[in-house]
Amino acid sequence: MKVAVLVFPGSNCDWDCVHAAEETLAEATVERVWHTTEDLTGYDLIMVPGGFSYGDYLRSGAIARFAPVMNAVAKAADKGAYVLGICNGFQILTEAGLLPGALRRNTGLKFRCHHSKLRVVQSNTAFTSEYGQDEVIDIPIAHGEGNYYCDEQTLEQLKRNNQIVFTYEENPNGSLEHIAGIINEQGNVLGMMPHPERAVSDLLGSKDGVRMFQSIMKVWRERHATNVN
Amino acid sequence: MFKVKVYVTTKANVLDPQGTAVQQALHTMGYGDVEEVRIGKYLELTIDTEDRAQAEADVEKMCKQLLANPVVEDYRYELED
Repeated sequence: MKVAVLVFPGSNCDWDCVHAAEETLAEATVERVWHTTEDLTGYDLIMVPGGFSYGDYLRSGAIARFAPVMNAVAKAADKGAYVLGICNGFQILTEAGLLPGALRRNTGLKFRCHHSKLRVVQSNTAFTSEYGQDEVIDIPIAHGEGNYYCDEQTLEQLKRNNQIVFTYEENPNGSLEHIAGIINEQGNVLGMMPHPERAVSDLLGSKDGVRMFQSIMKVWRERHATNVN
Repeated sequence: MFKVKVYVTTKANVLDPQGTAVQQALHTMGYGDVEEVRIGKYLELTIDTEDRAQAEADVEKMCKQLLANPVVEDYRYELED
């Protein structure tokens, strides 16, 4: 399994993503990929990490969306590669139109940085199959703009297609319907504000993030085995 | 050469927590009659062209694709010679 961790100027969770992927995906090759890269062929999982790409100028994720690598992400996603956007990565994916909606300023205006309880409301995805349906997990958040918003029509679609994957048990940011993470209709692009890569060992206070990586590994193995046969 | 003034505002049906905080501060100052505050962005662009129609078409695209996020923001602009 080949994993790309994208790096934009201002990304600051890229090394955490590399560490988490290396720790949890035994047979994976993990590479940091600079934002000017134009081809992501061959990568099975593309992680868009957290941070403050381009200083969050204009809007968070607005400028990163135009980086050359984002065309490559769209192409790879179209071909079925798994894309995981975390925090600023989620913001970038919505700005790029790979996921619907937008992330607005937290209603309390505060940058919230603490552990948070999430409910896995959709365990039937490539990213969450190792969790129980409606299981409550402990994953930290760290964001000032995580207030998910979309119009009513989009919300209906998200519900109808089971695209809401994680919700907060205690809403930290005013997010619509307590949404913490959503997936695209095809089921291969997931964006979430909480940081699973920061929850991969007891030393960090939680290792509930490990099973997200294990879920991805599982589908990759299944897919790979089919290809070999 | 055109000077373009672009105004980006939060859509009416989207909450503006910053605006609410500023409104509360204004109330604390004694301006109790301030019913609502909405915070937006103001951008000035200088475009080096003589073709007004082209400049307008370009600014429209710039707004849609980058300067505003149509999911949560509205925009309007003025072109000055």
